Amino acid sequence: MALDAKIPHGEMDKKWTDYKGHVKLVNPANKRKLEVIVVGTGLAGASAAASLGELGYKVKAFCFQDSPRRAHSIAAQGGINAAKNYQNDGDSVFRLFYDTVKGGDYRAREANVHRLAEVSTSIIDQCVAQGVPFAREYGGLLSNRSFGGTQVQRTFYAAGQTGQQLLLGAYSALERQVALGNVKMYTRHEMLDVVKIDDKARGIIARDLVSGELESHFGHAVLLCSGGYGNVFYLSTNAMGSNVTAAWKAHKKGAFFGNPCFTQIHPTCIPVSGDHQSKLTLMSESLRNDGRIWVPLKKEESRNPKDIPENERDYYLERRYPAFGNLVPRDVASRAAKERCDEGYGVGTTKMAVYLDYKDAIVRYGKIEAGKAGNDNLSHEEIVALGKKVVEEKYGNLFEMYQKITGENPYETPMRIYPAVHYTMGGLWVDYELQTTVKGLYALGEANFSDHGANRLGASALMQGLADGYFVIPYTLGNYLADEIHTNSISTDHSAFAEAQKAVSDRLNTLINIKGKQTVESFHKRLGKIIWDKCGMARSEKGLKQAIEEVRALKKEFWSDVRIPGEINSFNLELDKAGRVADLIELGELMCLDALDRNESCGGHFREESQTEDGEAKRDDENYAYVAAWENKGDSSWELHKEALSFDIVKPTQRSYK
Amino acid sequence: MEHYHMNLTLKVWRQKNSKEQGKLETYQVKGISSEMSFLEMFDVLNEQLIVDGKEPIAFDHDCREGICGMCSMYINGQAHGPWQQNTTCQLHMRAFKDGDTITVEPWRSKAFPVLKDLVVNRSAFDRIIQAGGFISVNTGNAVDANAIAIDKKDADDAFMAAACIGCGACVATCKNGSAMLFVGAKVSQLALLPQGGPERESRVLNMVAQMDKEGFGNCTNTYACEAECPKGISVSNIARLNSEYLKAGLTTETK
Amino acid sequence: MAFTGLFLILFLIVHASINACIFLNDGGKTFNEMARFMSHNWIMRFLELGLFAGLITHIIQGLMLWSQNKNARPVKYAYSQPNKNSKWYSRSMAILGTLLLLFLVMHLSHFYVDTKVALYVKGDAPHNLFEEMKEVFSVNWIVGLYVAGVIALFWHLYHGFQSAFQSLGFNHKKYTPLIKSIGFGYAIIICLLFASMPIAMFFDWIK
Repeated sequence: MALDAKIPHGEMDKKWTDYKGHVKLVNPANKRKLEVIVVGTGLAGASAAASLGELGYKVKAFCFQDSPRRAHSIAAQGGINAAKNYQNDGDSVFRLFYDTVKGGDYRAREANVHRLAEVSTSIIDQCVAQGVPFAREYGGLLSNRSFGGTQVQRTFYAAGQTGQQLLLGAYSALERQVALGNVKMYTRHEMLDVVKIDDKARGIIARDLVSGELESHFGHAVLLCSGGYGNVFYLSTNAMGSNVTAAWKAHKKGAFFGNPCFTQIHPTCIPVSGDHQSKLTLMSESLRNDGRIWVPLKKEESRNPKDIPENERDYYLERRYPAFGNLVPRDVASRAAKERCDEGYGVGTTKMAVYLDYKDAIVRYGKIEAGKAGNDNLSHEEIVALGKKVVEEKYGNLFEMYQKITGENPYETPMRIYPAVHYTMGGLWVDYELQTTVKGLYALGEANFSDHGANRLGASALMQGLADGYFVIPYTLGNYLADEIHTNSISTDHSAFAEAQKAVSDRLNTLINIKGKQTVESFHKRLGKIIWDKCGMARSEKGLKQAIEEVRALKKEFWSDVRIPGEINSFNLELDKAGRVADLIELGELMCLDALDRNESCGGHFREESQTEDGEAKRDDENYAYVAAWENKGDSSWELHKEALSFDIVKPTQRSYK
Repeated sequence: MEHYHMNLTLKVWRQKNSKEQGKLETYQVKGISSEMSFLEMFDVLNEQLIVDGKEPIAFDHDCREGICGMCSMYINGQAHGPWQQNTTCQLHMRAFKDGDTITVEPWRSKAFPVLKDLVVNRSAFDRIIQAGGFISVNTGNAVDANAIAIDKKDADDAFMAAACIGCGACVATCKNGSAMLFVGAKVSQLALLPQGGPERESRVLNMVAQMDKEGFGNCTNTYACEAECPKGISVSNIARLNSEYLKAGLTTETK
Repeated sequence: MAFTGLFLILFLIVHASINACIFLNDGGKTFNEMARFMSHNWIMRFLELGLFAGLITHIIQGLMLWSQNKNARPVKYAYSQPNKNSKWYSRSMAILGTLLLLFLVMHLSHFYVDTKVALYVKGDAPHNLFEEMKEVFSVNWIVGLYVAGVIALFWHLYHGFQSAFQSLGFNHKKYTPLIKSIGFGYAIIICLLFASMPIAMFFDWIK
């Protein structure tokens, strides 16, 4: 099967306008007869369900949480980009497009990214109209900040809770449609299969997580907005429930999986404190604006960080990248921290952390304050006190969060940080219309692979989720559904539903009847360790081949020795988790396979065989400028399809931060 | 930070489903690290229960960073436990010491029936939002985001109210099981913003009507909700709800 | 609750000021005149009806609140620490109110009933309320009950005063602390005044 991305012809900046101008429409009377299933209610799902409901489609939305408001989009801290150019600092749709393609290390599809940049401005308008309380200036207009090293201020934010506010906006729009009867909401429901009839997605099998019963739901189209799969690493900044199951079931039913090995590692997370750790917490990247990152010069250093003199500290980012210092992009900062720890210079009880030190920033700000007051005779302590106040104003909430989790006071002792998995750029392969390789099956938001290439820029995830849901799918879905107006609703008594439901039921029965000895959690931890060690920030052919063997062995062990207590037809969190971990194991294998195929260092990951003489990442545009789209061919069997990427506007260059 | 280990006695509410009666059961956990989060301690207990062939304790949790609002335990007589402005998932074991007994119960409210063990059904909150917790603006209708300037103070206050995570600690804490802080926060957010103006009256009347229908209690201004709210939502939002409600009740023409 | 509460709060000011006339040490002359005015002036008698209406409404509303609130939590917590997040008196308005109601029954039977009997049954017979007070407050346990009643009143008012403003939708960064202070001052002054009356009479400090 040849991949057709269905990119409209014409000039880059006219493609989306032309598409919208010529796309097929569905008349209002017919919309009422068309049913759409939306799986997941994060930014992409909630905005899509609400917008489609508003248009008049009959929508059913599903989420595994107890309320659509809990989806993990809520945890995004930093902000949302939009090319508004309110700051008059030279931003434009083109610049946002350019930065995103470049930031993605030239592995994203140009046309999709351009559309994203185009609709970014409407997102802000829509959110403000919904009552999203973005930060404002004293004049009453919206405030912007620069984020993730961009040269323009284009990030809109609501303190450190931008994701929450945007999600609550989309959630309220969704609940409004529920009240109007346009959307039917199914909470505590998990999608466990896609139902295909005549090669088109026609519905899903979902499990009511409270009663444990399986349900069949028909839809003329199915939208997967089920987020990313960072939890394949066990430890990540994802929510505990985040999973790949919906996307994976679609993959098994014929949807290709794009670039599964592209994951993003965020450099400033609170490090692991012990084996008991269940999740990692991110601290905003903005901390790197003022903090200095270092490790001791001596291995096995046991002194208190405050007692280590300056000449025995290694400010390794400043040393290696004098031009950018502590502000190198996420991927570079992450890899450098891993390198130091792997060499034995790590700090903290686990030795898997580096220091992020505010000592100098405090003194620097203190001196500025003293200078402003015209006071030159202050003692060091007085300067420090002044400086702490400034730092508190800027980063108070982050410092507080750090202290809450670690019990340490970051004003006094340097924070310990370590990279953690944060986002997955890979996902279901979709064309320009967000349709997967299965007709009528769409993927939106983090669940698809499309817009971020090999590395996502800060404040772009929220933008993409909402762009897909509010402004892309309402047009592109119509183009498909316009041809479906003659398809009547198919009864869930249809044999395809019965077969799918039986397959799901069989799998659940198999799982619960293994009655082995090991817990689901213990398998998940082991999977995470394999993927993190061998398919994380740095990868090698040898390691990846080993990892594939290990994941296969783990899969076998899982299916013969997992222990799931309780019953199927009841509220059973272990059973829910078991199904998700089983899918993550299979995905883990594919990730390693994809990473093995991609013999280049690119974006968030470093391939040891592909580096420059001085040990920096080396991208290989000649051989790897493609999207790897994997087709499932049965158990542990995949076929690779390549979608060649052409860069007509943004010409690839090697990134350098020296 | 001093790191230590502890052995604890846990008294946890066990209830098979919404129909059957529940009771407190006692468990011992050993060697708990002071660096663990409270939920990680529950993870340890659950792993132990599974290995022992028993059914693990069901509890709600998701983001584990204090923002999704899913976690909901009444720990030692306080919603989300002993720390202030903190969710259960952010509570760490250094809040306890070796030999402590910890009682853990689900949120108790008629409007939040227990589904299993510590898991309750909070869909009443969704229905209250459905009654009016939104601004009716279809996708694509919006004017430019900077077309309407908003007083920074109002925008900030709206944000503070909008910080509510919908966890239900206010209801769980209130001796009357009242949801006024939750409703007040949403009504305030939208009343403070000009965009919320057109639906102001119907919103507050409909949301309050739905709140009463769900079986929540009334506010008697003990302010326990504010003290226990993990996001520090102010009771001034309840006052604003009251004033919005009174004004709407007096001026609206519909019955 | 708030409207009727504030109305009753206003009434207490009137009640306390008139009663404070006993401290004029004129053998109750001014006080008795005031009392007579209050029971004979038609405006006052009309307001009296309003007062009872307000009081009864306040009680009925309180009972409704109590019952609705009780229903909102059918299963109680096995272990709860309400003192960690709220003041005992704010949680005890119903019980304080009940105590006040009992106190009120006693109080009315002591003074109100006799006044009305003198007015209506005995055909506007002369009635020395001041002397009656002295008589009632010569009994130590009755004085004790009055002081106890006033203490309950203090906590009820201390919470009720500021709570009424909150319920009417008034909460302001600048003024709410002021309202709380005024409420505290009001509750202290009213209750000290009321408590001092039986005590002063008991010890014969008033001539």
